[in-house]
Amino acid sequence: MKPGQRRLMFFAGAAGLVAFYLWGLLGLPGFGNYPGPYGPAILRVAVAQTQATGVVSAVNFEYRGFDTVGEEFILFTAAAGTAIVLRMLRGEGERSPVDEARDRDAPPTSNAVRTIALLFTGPVVVVGWWLASHAQTNPSGGFQGGVVLATAFILIYLAGAFLTFSKLSPTDVTDAVEAAGAGGFAAVGLAALFTGLPYLYNYLPLGQIPGAVSSSGTIALISFFVGLEVAAAFLLIVSELLEQTLLIRHGGR
Amino acid sequence: MTGAVVTPYTVPAGLMDTLQVTVLILVAAGATAVVLTRRLVRQVLVLSVYGIMLAVLFLTFQAPDVTLSALTVGAVALPIVLLLAISKTRKKEE
Repeated sequence: MKPGQRRLMFFAGAAGLVAFYLWGLLGLPGFGNYPGPYGPAILRVAVAQTQATGVVSAVNFEYRGFDTVGEEFILFTAAAGTAIVLRMLRGEGERSPVDEARDRDAPPTSNAVRTIALLFTGPVVVVGWWLASHAQTNPSGGFQGGVVLATAFILIYLAGAFLTFSKLSPTDVTDAVEAAGAGGFAAVGLAALFTGLPYLYNYLPLGQIPGAVSSSGTIALISFFVGLEVAAAFLLIVSELLEQTLLIRHGGR
Repeated sequence: MTGAVVTPYTVPAGLMDTLQVTVLILVAAGATAVVLTRRLVRQVLVLSVYGIMLAVLFLTFQAPDVTLSALTVGAVALPIVLLLAISKTRKKEE
């Protein structure tokens, strides 16, 4: 195909795309207009029904909790997939690292990076924990909190302490925590079935004060489990990649 | 929107519109910058900045929950995983 013909095909396709796009755009409701029935309905009943002032979390972990279970297992599957793809195959052996340039030291981590990473580690743990445990009260939740918690471990790695990093997050423990997080969520739902209630029914005491940390029953519990799962899954993916990188850096050159 | 609540922190409507339009333009520019950046590592850094812009966009549209998710995923998690993947594949080329 000549470049001229190719360009012609592109312009025809692009014109079609623009036409369809504009057609779709014209059919949209006006900016800021939400025509669906669910938004107003949820806003009217959510706080009274769940005692959670973080209504987004109430929707995520209660009204559409079953969908969230599915999303939870997407991440679980992703972490499992990474571990499987990067596993050691039968033919592969782990070479013990050989230092090819013995006369040179590995470049040290700069003090600026090290100081900033270590300074941030503590606050990041606090923020992550706060996010994961306050889904019921304010904008936050286990998902965001979990990623932030995992970031704390990555900061330790950035500070130049891979050994500390791998000691703090041994794969066996991360595996177990991830499984406990994902399984915990599913189990909270299953527990309802055993007492004859619908799956993921909020059977825990909701508390008296809307927006209290102890309120909202299973919403807070599920958010906590999600936090565990996400932190562990993310950490697992990162350490799996890091391990490979380090092996290649040491052994491959 | 019905029943707008006015608090001491309420931003005047006109100002909010200006803010939203500004951030929308910034996000469009940021996305273009990500596509136009050619060096991989640099592209990841630009992507991270773009992730922060996106988070600010969600904040100006009053979606703090989505802001948090965008911050953690777009500005932190995605760049980290991409950087690791780049460093993995680059070693083989050398």
